[in-house]
Amino acid sequence: MSGWDKFVETFFNAKVMWKYLPDILSGMVVTIELALLIIVTGLGAGLALALLRSLAIRPLNWLIIFIVDLFRSLPPLVIIVLMYFGLPYAGPAPSGFVSTWLSLAFVLMAFSEEIFWAGITSIPKGQWEASRSTGLSFGQTLFNVVLPQAFRLTIPPLTNRTISITKGTALGTVVAVTEILGQASSAMSNSYNPSPLMMGAAAYVVLFLPVVVAARWIEAKFAWKR
Amino acid sequence: MIEAFFNIEIMKAAWPIVLTGLWNTILLSLIVVPLGLFGGLILALLASIRHPLVRWPLMAWVDFFRAFPPLVLLVLLFAGLPFAGLELDGFACVAIAFFLNTGSYYGEIFRAGIDSVPGGQVEAARSTGLSRMQAMRYVVLPQAVRNVMPDLLSNTLEVVKLTSLGSVVAVPELLYEARQAQSITYNPTPIVMAAVIYFLLLWPLVRLLSRLENRALAGRR
Repeated sequence: MSGWDKFVETFFNAKVMWKYLPDILSGMVVTIELALLIIVTGLGAGLALALLRSLAIRPLNWLIIFIVDLFRSLPPLVIIVLMYFGLPYAGPAPSGFVSTWLSLAFVLMAFSEEIFWAGITSIPKGQWEASRSTGLSFGQTLFNVVLPQAFRLTIPPLTNRTISITKGTALGTVVAVTEILGQASSAMSNSYNPSPLMMGAAAYVVLFLPVVVAARWIEAKFAWKR
Repeated sequence: MIEAFFNIEIMKAAWPIVLTGLWNTILLSLIVVPLGLFGGLILALLASIRHPLVRWPLMAWVDFFRAFPPLVLLVLLFAGLPFAGLELDGFACVAIAFFLNTGSYYGEIFRAGIDSVPGGQVEAARSTGLSRMQAMRYVVLPQAVRNVMPDLLSNTLEVVKLTSLGSVVAVPELLYEARQAQSITYNPTPIVMAAVIYFLLLWPLVRLLSRLENRALAGRR
């Protein structure tokens, strides 16, 4: 067997790949579920915190800033490990899936709150005053005047953050979540062949590369022209 | 609750182990941050050659590593390469994975910085007799770096946090040591200690960044 054949036989073994394809596909489903949950809850909570912050209640804002800082400074893997291995000592024992979901949702919440908040504060005070003086309520001003402008400004940084945090679903493998990397690793140790790992890697590229390319496009489209 | 998460006895026992981990995390960061910066600078300098034959493969390279989770890259190097007859230890794998992954992020940032320097600057520099390299080195790069300083710092924060992935491939950094201490003592206090250390270590940087970012986004209009 030539060197090339041996390489293909090892890393792209058709028999092994065919056997473990269903595992990788089910891993992809788990990764997608996890990613969507993280995005919806993380961005939702981040926006909610930013809106709460705009009410300008001092002690509440300090609390929000502390929570945001906390989840920006802790490595996501540390939060996941703490939740999965630590919480059971205090009572509730979240599954690996729930630990990964909540941890990454908290992280995305923290980052997106910062971005939403920066967007809201970037709208000049005069716009608030003008809207209020025409008779719009605080809520109407926020939702009809400030947020539509703020959103546009926040989209490029938000897409980048969301992608890099969603990629973190791979960390779930450390707490036994059966997402792509988890499935690929166990398939590799069962078959003693790295082909499943190559499939797993390909699965990530298939899932995330279109998102990265789309993000590049969005970034260019929403950038403020100088 | 306090017994489980803030156990003083366990803290005393675990302190030396956790401290070793902290020291290794700092050392690891001091190696992988410059490595990533170096990789990023190479990518950005290549990108400043605006030839399509250079530009497109480079963009594909950067997008590929932005799409690829760093942990998957790390596992691929650590568990996959031995099948090709190349066995690297955890530390070497972390170094290579970070060079590829964080290098791409740093590269994008440097590229944005270089693009932000007006073309007239290069023309002016070249007309005074500076070579292309000199113009880049003395005129463009200093301004580029200053323009993207918040992004560089923010990425560096992410890189330091990312060193915790080393625990998966048995690099004895902070999280790894804390988990070792946890499995010896049957108590999660060491992991809480690690979390507190990460927070105290990185909080000042987060505060600084939050200020810089607010100012940058507000100033863009």
